[in-house]
Amino acid sequence: MGMIASIIFIVLTVVGTAWFGRNVMRIRKNILLGKDLNRSDKKGERWKTMILVALGQKKMFQRPIPALLHFAIYAAFVITQIELIEIFVDGVSGSHRVFASSLGGFYTFLISFIEILSVLALVATFVFLARRNLLKIPRFHMSEMTGWPKLDGNIILYLEIVLVLCILTMNGADEALMNIGHSHAVGLTGDTYGFAVSSIVGPSVFGGMDVGSLEILERIGWWGHIIMVFTFLNYLPISKHFHVLLAFPNVYYSNLKNKGQFSNMNSVKKEVEMMFDPNADPYAAPAEPAGEPERFGAKDVVDLTWKSLMDAYTCTECGRCSSMCPASQTGKKLSPRKIIMDTRDRLEEVGKNIRKHGKEHADGKALLGDYITEEELWACTSCNACVQACPVNIDPLSIIIDLRRYLVMEESKVPSELATMLTNIENNGAPWQFSPMDRLKWADED
Amino acid sequence: MSEKIKVPTVAEMMAAGEVPDILFWVGCAGSFDDRAKKITKAVIKILHGCKIKFAVLGTEESCTGDPAKRAGNEFAFMMSAMQNIQVLNGFEIKKIVTACPHCFNTIKNEYPELGGKYEVIHHTQLINGLIKEGKLSMSGGDFKGKKITFHDPCYLGRANDVYEAPREVLQKLDAELVEMKNCKAKGLCCGAGGAQMFKEAEKGDKEVNVKRTEDVLDTKSNIVATGCPFCNTMMTDGIKHFNKEEDVEVLDVAEMIANAMDL
Ligand code: SF4
Ligand code: SF4
Repeated sequence: MGMIASIIFIVLTVVGTAWFGRNVMRIRKNILLGKDLNRSDKKGERWKTMILVALGQKKMFQRPIPALLHFAIYAAFVITQIELIEIFVDGVSGSHRVFASSLGGFYTFLISFIEILSVLALVATFVFLARRNLLKIPRFHMSEMTGWPKLDGNIILYLEIVLVLCILTMNGADEALMNIGHSHAVGLTGDTYGFAVSSIVGPSVFGGMDVGSLEILERIGWWGHIIMVFTFLNYLPISKHFHVLLAFPNVYYSNLKNKGQFSNMNSVKKEVEMMFDPNADPYAAPAEPAGEPERFGAKDVVDLTWKSLMDAYTCTECGRCSSMCPASQTGKKLSPRKIIMDTRDRLEEVGKNIRKHGKEHADGKALLGDYITEEELWACTSCNACVQACPVNIDPLSIIIDLRRYLVMEESKVPSELATMLTNIENNGAPWQFSPMDRLKWADED
Repeated sequence: MSEKIKVPTVAEMMAAGEVPDILFWVGCAGSFDDRAKKITKAVIKILHGCKIKFAVLGTEESCTGDPAKRAGNEFAFMMSAMQNIQVLNGFEIKKIVTACPHCFNTIKNEYPELGGKYEVIHHTQLINGLIKEGKLSMSGGDFKGKKITFHDPCYLGRANDVYEAPREVLQKLDAELVEMKNCKAKGLCCGAGGAQMFKEAEKGDKEVNVKRTEDVLDTKSNIVATGCPFCNTMMTDGIKHFNKEEDVEVLDVAEMIANAMDL
């Protein structure tokens, strides 16, 4: 039996990890479909930002109560990973709580710590479930939050409950066994492990059960725990919960410049420089760059930068961006969260197409038009509220601007009033129709 | 303003063999919009009153290209930017002050990569500096006992993290400064940015400036202070929407200081 259990465990571990690895590599490949962008500078500042914003969840604390609850789940998630080390050793070798006797009091402390965090996480999970489903918080009920995104938000909370219950069942049954003199732990005697939660809850809930049932219960908890871990691991890449991993690189690579600074397009710069160059031969044919001429702006996800694509996979769908967006708040179609979710959905689709039909395959669809409409794009005031609000430093605005650039420069699709404004800038040097010669007139007026 | 101040252009100054210490970038709104011209004149009054050697570009100034860039037309932006940079570099301009956060943002952040490197400050920063240096003092003004709230322009606040300069200046007035529920980094846009100023808004259930005006009215302020000609327009329209012109005035920080400063 022990041998078979070990083999099952090893197979589970290998398959669970490999499948996860395969999906992560797919996401990595998809992100790398994006355009180049250099974010390798200022390493010190990047580390600092990552520690504050990703590890310390600084921006979450703009709303302290959800931040604390979220932090409880996050801390439980991180700390529980320590216990996994023991589970792996036990699972492979067939031992039981292999570190219990050698670590002694520290072991009791560690497991107790995990238990307390798990209980806090459980409380937080129930609050979040209630908040998501019972309270009418607008950002959880916008149009992009129906169907899968809504289910996704709940599934993870259910998984979390099962996971914590497994941990407490495992520890509780073990405590109950100890209590009646059945220690399974390697080289450990006594009548309790002294775990903070299960030493009390275990005997009181499971006390009175016979040894055989308790042993089965303990195994159910143990296997349940590890199965939940692999379920969770393989759930991440298809869910918004991938942010638990991507939040770190995404914040590390975030924009460190002033938020108001938009990128200057080098291709355009070169062309305009030529026009300004007094030595340029006005009749010379424009130098055609070799290969496909570069597209101005973005029509589809592959025209966006890799950072925008990483943003798409990092989004937690929390809606903090949209709840601060002036357009969303006044009932316009634009929702910055939807911009990011659309980008991810389209990128998943493009990735699937490439895997199935090869790189050159075109499905006739695009991010612009099939996912994001012009009406959404033109509602943006470029106010940066979404960028400021995002707890994982996602930048919906840069996607909006890239798509606008394509609309305007490649398709000349621009609201008519803006077309007038642009003509005025080109002809009169001002967005209104005034003569440039009148620019100083105000100085003579009273 | 009754007495007219002579506004020198850089070209005139240079012809007289002089160099301005600072260039006042007036911007399109400041040059052409009737409401914004008043802000321009207030800035002139402050510059003149503090005996600063300043000049304007006059007819050689042209749109920074901000609305073109935000609307997605990089060509129109580049053309404007390069033309302006040619002029500015030709005059060897080192320092620029402007009363428009959009001009401020574009020249400060987007021009350097194109060869235009200047020290750029917003007029509220200039005024704050002048007060700190003791060059500008205030004792008069019509603000005694008034309640003032400051609306953060997106391109000054979030875009460039300037939150304190305008507030420090306003605190020097003999008035009560109150904050709206969404202020500073969380401030709500007036609705004009990203080239929205020049078009009708998309369909929705409310105008952005109306929503922002609700925040203003919640504070029961007598004055909403701004630091942007476009915010000024939007807030003025918002106040009109609620028929509150009698109760709430929309003023630029520069106008308030020009009113209260000792000459
Ligand atoms: S930048 Fe655009 S999308 Fe983002 S909050 Fe402002 S209006 Fe909304
Ligand atoms: S972009 Fe950021 S703020 Fe918006 S939903 Fe995603 S994670 Fe939340």
